[in-house]
Amino acid sequence: MATNTKISNLLETANSNATLSKEEVMRYSRHLIMPEVGMDGQLKLKQAKVLCIGTGGLGAPLGLYLAAAGVGRIGLVDFDSVDLTNLQRQILFGTSDIGRPKIEAAADRLRNLNPDIQIDRFETRLTSENALDILKNYDIVVDGTDNFPTRYLVNDACVILGKPNVYGSIFRFEGQITIFGAPGGPCYRCLYPEPPPPGLVPSCAEGGVLGVLPGIVGAIQAAETLKLIIGKGEPLIGRLLLFDALAMRFRELKLRKNPECPACGEHRTITKLIDYAEFCGVRGEEAASAAQTTVPEIAPRELKARLDRGDDLFILDVREPHEYQICNLGGQLIPLGELSRRMNELDSSREIVAHCRSGKRSAEAVEFLRSAGFRKVLNLKGGILAWSDEVDASVPKY
Amino acid sequence: MAVKVIIPTPLRPYTGKKESLELQAATVGEALASLTTLFGDLKKHLYSDDGRLRSFVNVYVNDEDIRYLRGDQTPLREGDILSIVPSIAGGAQN
Repeated sequence: MATNTKISNLLETANSNATLSKEEVMRYSRHLIMPEVGMDGQLKLKQAKVLCIGTGGLGAPLGLYLAAAGVGRIGLVDFDSVDLTNLQRQILFGTSDIGRPKIEAAADRLRNLNPDIQIDRFETRLTSENALDILKNYDIVVDGTDNFPTRYLVNDACVILGKPNVYGSIFRFEGQITIFGAPGGPCYRCLYPEPPPPGLVPSCAEGGVLGVLPGIVGAIQAAETLKLIIGKGEPLIGRLLLFDALAMRFRELKLRKNPECPACGEHRTITKLIDYAEFCGVRGEEAASAAQTTVPEIAPRELKARLDRGDDLFILDVREPHEYQICNLGGQLIPLGELSRRMNELDSSREIVAHCRSGKRSAEAVEFLRSAGFRKVLNLKGGILAWSDEVDASVPKY
Repeated sequence: MAVKVIIPTPLRPYTGKKESLELQAATVGEALASLTTLFGDLKKHLYSDDGRLRSFVNVYVNDEDIRYLRGDQTPLREGDILSIVPSIAGGAQN
């Protein structure tokens, strides 16, 4: 395939003097005995420079397989620390890594797996200021991030620099995988010119991810990366692979280069990196959460004191039923999405305290109920998380 | 024409958790209109206020993007599969 040849030629130029040691021959023997990889392919892998953006759920299998395969130089970008909720899917890390910077724990793990390769660490958030500098030294960029602003940033930087971007993203049981920014191929903005406005992004109530899903998607990204390097097979360019783990089904859609794409089209308007937080409306979301504090609130300790005093308070839990099973404060469960049609279950003469996990959904509920004529409605500030911190540590946080 | 519409995970909360459904429609526009009539909450997730399909939602007939066919006017044939494919960012909770 023409696009494929072009990419592997890019990588080949640096290839001339590389050799494998006796030990490396042994380590990579299962590659070397396959004609599709062979000595040529393995030397290409050794010479290749791949940047992994994110060392989380997608970055974990990706980093492990690239290191194991002998990709000579792997750059890692992450600014986060390992926490307990990561371990359900981020298999680079162990329990003893909790609290460590991810980049440090990841580099240790990969170095232990393969001491012959070079690991570059970038302990930073990828920004419009540093992206071009970080990306420019690599042949291939792999996007394993988890938010829209960084995805558009990675896309635009890759298009500007002419680097292929091996893309994977996940939601609950579903994954999307493709290669953007390959010569002649489409980019992320050809597929999605704009991100969803923050209000339409599924909230934490609908979030979550099956632990093994990023494992599968990240492993596919690793396979595509290795194929690009050795220049074999059919790369996932111009094809969007959809994976549904629940149905256990793969589907493939055609992805076309949009001639009017603002990033890679003929009359492109994006020629330098922009403010991606603003582009994705994240600033607007911050403003919206500031508005949240305008609904009347009650602090967890005050609620506890009033309940102990025997005040007549109606506790309204606006989370989802499966969240109620994790932990609850004994309130009446009416999920936010059902509130408008189940309002008749509430007694407007009683004082109501609404709560959710963090206080965000319940603020919406309070606002809605007040606009519907309920006068005595309060939002539990900080939700169950704050209740656990300030009142009852036996309530688990999630 | 009987066509199958596949609902992506992020939009299932607005379709009563349905993963797919069968509809009778002669064009993509008709299929989407009957879908949003069946599930009113879905409308604001698929269309912006000016009535245009949102730019982070793509619609495919079989494996082809309707932007490269005839958009809403794209004719449907018996057994076609209509996929709604929104952009997803990742596993971050917020």
